[in-house]
Amino acid sequence: MMLEVNDLVVRYGSATALDGISLRVDPGELVALVGPNGAGKTSLVNAVSGLVRPASGTVRVEGTVAQVPEGRQMFGDLSVDDNLRLGAWRRRSRRTDAVYELLPDLQRLRRQRADTLSGGQQQMVAVGRALMAEPDLLVVDELSLGLAPLIAADLVRHLAALNADRGTAVLLIEQEVGLAFGLCSRAYVLDAGRIVAEGPTAQLAAAPAVRAAYLGGFDEQENLS
Amino acid sequence: MSDLATYLLSGLALAGSFALVGSGIVVVYRVTHVLNFAQGSFVVFGAFLSQTFRQLGLPPGLSELAAVIVVGLIGLVVGGVAIGKPGTHPMTSLLITLGMSLVAAAVIIAVWGQNPVSPAGIDGTVRLFGAEIETQRLVTLAVAVVTLAAMSLLFTRTDIGRALTAAASNPRAARLVGIDTRAMGLLSFAIAGVLGGLAGVLIAPTTAVSVTSDLPFVLSALAAAVFGGLRSPWMTFVGALVLGVTGQLVAGYANGSYQTQIALIMMLVIMIARSRSFTAEEAK
Repeated sequence: MMLEVNDLVVRYGSATALDGISLRVDPGELVALVGPNGAGKTSLVNAVSGLVRPASGTVRVEGTVAQVPEGRQMFGDLSVDDNLRLGAWRRRSRRTDAVYELLPDLQRLRRQRADTLSGGQQQMVAVGRALMAEPDLLVVDELSLGLAPLIAADLVRHLAALNADRGTAVLLIEQEVGLAFGLCSRAYVLDAGRIVAEGPTAQLAAAPAVRAAYLGGFDEQENLS
Repeated sequence: MSDLATYLLSGLALAGSFALVGSGIVVVYRVTHVLNFAQGSFVVFGAFLSQTFRQLGLPPGLSELAAVIVVGLIGLVVGGVAIGKPGTHPMTSLLITLGMSLVAAAVIIAVWGQNPVSPAGIDGTVRLFGAEIETQRLVTLAVAVVTLAAMSLLFTRTDIGRALTAAASNPRAARLVGIDTRAMGLLSFAIAGVLGGLAGVLIAPTTAVSVTSDLPFVLSALAAAVFGGLRSPWMTFVGALVLGVTGQLVAGYANGSYQTQIALIMMLVIMIARSRSFTAEEAK
């Protein structure tokens, strides 16, 4: 067990964002959470990261979880290097070598201010910053948002490499279903605060009802990258 | 000509204290988005406390240091009241600091009375560019420059400095990596206290400070900070220089003290000139 969510209910005032969600991520797994806008994906991410307190239900985490937040959330005034170092705030060591090794493009950008970077570069910094916490589980919220498909695909390849090399589990929260299913072996489909489908991505991709209603006519051919 | 040199040099010294106080405003604003109107009170506390510590028998140097540390703690208290409760809107906090400055005035009158104080400083004068300038004023300027440089290093080279900048830059991301943004806010208030207290300690020997000095100080400091766009301590220093020197020149040649009015006019001019580039937040 790495992450176990049981009957999670999250409310904002009278609005229910999550209505009894259960999911799990095992060590070393690549799991996707897909669903349309407003499904409650970010509420789930925040509940897992402890930023939001659930109305009921439990979130159990074994090991360190780091979040790659939606919209990158850079420290704009600070350099790439400083952004990375702050990712290790909770740890003793601020050594950045391992992250630069995994994401070599960041090395030449290290002194640049984060707010001068492109979206794709910032996303890479956000991933690197999360990795500085040496997490067992990486929760990635809307990686592809605002990025060109090629760049998003490249970042996903880095996540795959991370998983292969270090066994870091990844929970990928995505609207881009093709991207998510390309990386992950298992997926949950979230809609209006509920899990409406779950299982191996191959099966989910094939289920016509799910495809039509929630995946917006996703074509399996696009999945192969 | 030596008159001009005198005015310029004393303007520089005054600028040093404005820069310190202004930097305190900038630090708090950057980290918490709160304009700390109690900043001037810190100056007054610094002056009175250093006098009291002298009277209690502490040696020179140590009494000033003790005063600065105590004002740092006062800053922490002000911060605690202003931003301690989570979810307080920055505008509300601004009003709270205004209220705290009134409370501070009451405390000062109760403890020390309404008379001004001018503790002994560093005696003597120095001859520069054909003008006599009090050593204390030069020391004020020198300390201000060194302090600003130290602060600059703090923000760029230390982990805690980066964390302060991060909390200012993106509070959400800061919380995500585990930075306690409220603690950072309180720290910024403590730093502002130290800076204000230091300004009070330095300026009081040459310019008597009383309970009513807080308003001119906070307005001049605010003008300097606005000159720096409420962001840059070094541009705040430049603003303070403009302000201090202009004030002294006017005092010398026009034979009257219009320091506060100059500060207000400068703020007005800057705000009008920059009004197109201000964000909605800053304009407030």
